[in-house]
Amino acid sequence: MPINYYIFLSIALFAIGIVGVLTRRNAIIIFMCIELMLNAVNLLLVAFSKMHHLKAVAIDAASTAGTDGQLFVFFIMVVAAAEVTVGLAIIVMLYRNIHSVDVNFLNRLKH
Amino acid sequence: MNITQILFWFLSVVALFSALMVITNKNPVYSVLWLIVTFFAISGHYILLNAQFLAIVNIIVYAGAIMVLFLFVIMLMNLNKETEPQKNRWLRMAGAVAGGCLLLVLVAALKDTDIKQQQAMVNGGSIGLIKNLGKELFTTYVVPFEISSILFLSAMVGAVVIGKKE
Repeated sequence: MPINYYIFLSIALFAIGIVGVLTRRNAIIIFMCIELMLNAVNLLLVAFSKMHHLKAVAIDAASTAGTDGQLFVFFIMVVAAAEVTVGLAIIVMLYRNIHSVDVNFLNRLKH
Repeated sequence: MNITQILFWFLSVVALFSALMVITNKNPVYSVLWLIVTFFAISGHYILLNAQFLAIVNIIVYAGAIMVLFLFVIMLMNLNKETEPQKNRWLRMAGAVAGGCLLLVLVAALKDTDIKQQQAMVNGGSIGLIKNLGKELFTTYVVPFEISSILFLSAMVGAVVIGKKE
């Protein structure tokens, strides 16, 4: 597949994630949109790694070029999983204190 | 149009449609379920690119673990359509326009790049297989791998400390 199809698909998914963050007030939905953006980037990284691999294989058939990109995706997933546990713990604590997940109520953190 | 292209377009349409449903659905539980559909579509893309390890990890970690955590939290808080906070119409429109502008700028900037002629290798290549990735992970990337275990430990301790009652 041409690489720019993957680029445009990832851009579209990322933009949908951004629109979700900007238009929703529920903290959990905002968090889910961040996950969506991370996945858009992961998809692009995998596509680029396969593009790199195709170029390297044309020169040397036994080449393993492009492995780094896929391992990066693996580490992004690891960090995302750690991020989700802490983030959801914060949201649960927030809900316990103010009985809402509406991010507009968070402006009282200023005072 | 061969089978790979048909699958590519089908999975792309599913991913984009379900992503749109995530942000437009009023009920948070339905949003989570649509996000799971998006992750399955992205896993399908990984299989198409022959990144089998990442496809499985994506399903196990994202669709299996993370989304269940989201679903549990939403059900614990008993969120539904009635309690869902809504932004007013103008703010929502401004958000959509801002995101659309980003989409437009990125597409316009990347429309005529040199990279356009390149191809991504589909249904071929062995770099995405577990054998190859595991070999690389436990030789070149063994230090980041061990550090990520410390990250997990600290995230676990952090979640327990934050979630604990006073």
